[in-house]
Amino acid sequence: MIVFQKVSKIYNGCTALNSVEVTIKAKEFISLAGPSGAGKSTFLKLLIGEEKPSRGKLFLDKQNIHLIKEKDMPKLRRKIGMIFQDFRLLSDRTAYENVAFAMEVADATNKEIKQDVPQLLELVGLVDKLNQFPHQLSGGEKQRVAIARALIHRPSVILADEPTGNLDLLNTWDIVRLLLKINELGTTIILATHDREVINNLGRRVITLDKGRVIRDEENGRYIL
Amino acid sequence: MLKTTLFRIIKSGWQSFTRNYWLSTATVAVMILALFIMAGLMLFNVMTQAVVANLEGRVDVSVYFNKDTDEVKVLAVRQELVGLPEVKSVEYVSQDEALKNFKERHKDNQVLLQSLQELEQNPLEASLNIKANDASQYEAISNYLSQERFAGLIDKVNYKQNQDIINRLTRLTGNIQMGGFIVSLFLALLAILVSFNTVRLTMFTWREEISVMRFVGASNWFIRGPFVVEGVLYGIVSAIATILLIFPVLYLISSKITNFLPEVDLMYFYQSNFWQFLLLLLGIGIALGGVSSLIAIRRYLKA
Repeated sequence: MIVFQKVSKIYNGCTALNSVEVTIKAKEFISLAGPSGAGKSTFLKLLIGEEKPSRGKLFLDKQNIHLIKEKDMPKLRRKIGMIFQDFRLLSDRTAYENVAFAMEVADATNKEIKQDVPQLLELVGLVDKLNQFPHQLSGGEKQRVAIARALIHRPSVILADEPTGNLDLLNTWDIVRLLLKINELGTTIILATHDREVINNLGRRVITLDKGRVIRDEENGRYIL
Repeated sequence: MLKTTLFRIIKSGWQSFTRNYWLSTATVAVMILALFIMAGLMLFNVMTQAVVANLEGRVDVSVYFNKDTDEVKVLAVRQELVGLPEVKSVEYVSQDEALKNFKERHKDNQVLLQSLQELEQNPLEASLNIKANDASQYEAISNYLSQERFAGLIDKVNYKQNQDIINRLTRLTGNIQMGGFIVSLFLALLAILVSFNTVRLTMFTWREEISVMRFVGASNWFIRGPFVVEGVLYGIVSAIATILLIFPVLYLISSKITNFLPEVDLMYFYQSNFWQFLLLLLGIGIALGGVSSLIAIRRYLKA
């Protein structure tokens, strides 16, 4: 479903990704491991079309992401759910409104929004915090809102960029369990992290990046550097 | 669908405006300042125009006719002058009226009045007092009157005596208007730049949010729309606040200005043109807020 064909990304002469060849099948749970600066974020940015590859081709569902027109980008981004280390919620909107916003931009009807948003917030366990603003929520709760928002378009893939980087141990495992649950429901997950514990306990496919290259790609992998 | 989207965009802009009331208040305050300066400049221009009109009204050119010129002919010349595009008004002063005015003016000077009585006939000439639309046009009128066909009728035209002062006045009024225009333009530009920059800074605080909206898959118009709505709201609120703020200020200074320049009543002018002022300030405010947001947001929407 996702194919990287000899993808390189060079920023001002500095190579962030170097000839990366990766194929990811639907419904996989991938951990993207590697130290900071290894190219994990670039890997994800290329997937959502925020950056264009300098060389090589990149396909999502057989569509060349590089060739998508600017005005069609919002459609691609609705196909991919994304969550971040810093949550990236809209600070002046409540939990409910943050999730609803993602539906509004996709022209969902008010009825659909009223129906889906509480359901999703229930799935992530936040049904009693609908009307709280981000600054009234804990880190773990914010990340759940972000996950609910990422799920709203029923995306085929979720990209998680260090989603547990700002969380304590307890919350980290809550979020990881939530991602596993979402994966069981049929969504591909790409989890970029440098958290050794998380990767070793998942026991899923691990792609390890270092200095822009894929140095290891193994099923049931471990974090080894 | 379009209606829902539009409603959502407006609602979103309104929410951002009301929920971030500190930011909104600061931005609106700067825009009030800008609009206030512009409204002040408009009133200032009204004032200088009144002053210029007043100065120009004090100047005229008089044509004195030979004593033997028939009144009918004088009136015919008057008729002709009234038809000229440069001429604003022509006042006829007959010999008798001239004498009456002269006596009135010198009623305390017994020597002069006595010597006048000793003369058998009225020594004064009939005249036409001509006012032009514009001080620069007196020369043309003077030239018109020095044509050959008037030579037998007219004794003298006092333009030559007045020429110097008229020229100076023309220059002065021109300078006042030009100066007012340049100062207005400069201050208006300054006001626009300051509010533009303020709106830009406000939008700068939203750049994170904008990137979030993009990640969630919002189309550019869905991102831009609420910010433009917010900018327009800044404009509307500041225009209304400005229009109300002008009242107490005028209340304080209008009577003082009227004391100084009796022909200028700013309060009256403002009240009678209230709706035009409101519309104009609303227009400027909305354009300033809306366009500033639009330009400010553009750089965060790339790719």
